[in-house]
Amino acid sequence: MTKPPASPKVSSHPRWLRLTHWLNALAVLVMVTSGWRIYNASPLYDFSFPVSITLGGWLGGALQWHFAAMWFLAINGLVYLIINIASGRLFRRFFPLSPKGLVHDLWAALRGRLGHADLSHYNQVQRLAYLFVMVDITLLVISGLVMWKSVQFPLLRELMGGYDAARHVHFIAMSLLMAFVAVHLVMVALVPKTLLAMIVGRKEPV
Amino acid sequence: MKKHLQGSGLDESSILTDARKIIAPQIEDRSRRSFLMRGLTLGGVAMLSGCNLTDNESVETALSSMSRFNDRVQGWLFNPNTLAPTYPESMITRPFPFNAFYGIDEAPTVEEDSYRLEVTGRVADKRSWRLEELRAMAQTEQITRHICVEGWSAIGRWGGVRFSDFLKRIGADTDAKYVGFKCADDYYTSIDMATALHSQTLLALTYDGAVLPREYGFPMKLRMPTKLGYKNPKHIQAIFVSNTYSGGYWEDQGYNWFGGS
Repeated sequence: MTKPPASPKVSSHPRWLRLTHWLNALAVLVMVTSGWRIYNASPLYDFSFPVSITLGGWLGGALQWHFAAMWFLAINGLVYLIINIASGRLFRRFFPLSPKGLVHDLWAALRGRLGHADLSHYNQVQRLAYLFVMVDITLLVISGLVMWKSVQFPLLRELMGGYDAARHVHFIAMSLLMAFVAVHLVMVALVPKTLLAMIVGRKEPV
Repeated sequence: MKKHLQGSGLDESSILTDARKIIAPQIEDRSRRSFLMRGLTLGGVAMLSGCNLTDNESVETALSSMSRFNDRVQGWLFNPNTLAPTYPESMITRPFPFNAFYGIDEAPTVEEDSYRLEVTGRVADKRSWRLEELRAMAQTEQITRHICVEGWSAIGRWGGVRFSDFLKRIGADTDAKYVGFKCADDYYTSIDMATALHSQTLLALTYDGAVLPREYGFPMKLRMPTKLGYKNPKHIQAIFVSNTYSGGYWEDQGYNWFGGS
């Protein structure tokens, strides 16, 4: 019998994905560090961020960084979502997602029994985490739009519960994003080949 | 083309081509990787040095051209018919915060008797205005949210002359691009004509039903609920209509010129 033809080799992380991932990482870095400096001008809660980890030097500078990088974050994010949805990748890679599967994979992960042999396959915990970060950044953009243009976007303003509520939403969404980044970086450190895959891509069978 | 190589056992050209094919992806990969590593390192250095990237001249130029771009986007987003929300009297912030680039004790004292509002630029009637003449015009009042560039906001009640009425009265060229303001506290700013003509833009003469007090900008402030606090000049002494961009006190230091909300 003849051997079946080898399955077509495709990159687990296509070029567009790697590009939008790194642009997003850079945009988030600029948005968050400048955002902390803006926060410090009128702290919403009972603390300020250490100035040494903020970007912009003063409020005016931080605002310039924030309102420049917002375009990169939003446009890059839109490009990512459009390609992800149009190519069918979003539904292929992130679904199905079930509470049962989630508990199973989380338990396996905590016991260190979750394999990462095939980087093109996301386990249920990853699926939820990546879907969460897509929704969270969308929320950051919407609450940010409300703070930037609260008069011009009345529907979004009401959706956020008003100008003041949008400030809280923006802050909480930022905090959750930072929590994601922390876990994400720890996971990358535990499975370093994922970093290589995100940089150069990796040939994997579909 | 390469006839002289035909039949030759050692085809240098094809060897070279093959070699290039083998090496190329590696070179490409390596340069891509080192580019990314450099990028990461640059970010790391910036983080450690407390991020004074803004001091770099080319970065500064890029950021201010993005700010000009954002001015245009905001001008385009601005809908003259969209109104800022208004609030019931019970929601007024008491006491309404004092805010300026100086302390409350340094707020200028303007004498009503000698006060004249100067009007210049692209206007038909350049005579100066006394306060009582402005008070004789139709008055309107609104309770709106004042949003500061720092993020905090406060709700207040301002009354006065609709600025579009005033511009019509002085025969201003409403096709001009800018309306500028010079103030008794040496503050200055300028706004776009579309916002100047917005129905909620007031030449405010009162605060909370009483004559505008010194700390809130006596004798008058321009109150725009569609713009951030620093765009709302207090202690106005001169108004000019112009096609020439004239910036503003904070805007010249880096705050966004349109400053709309």
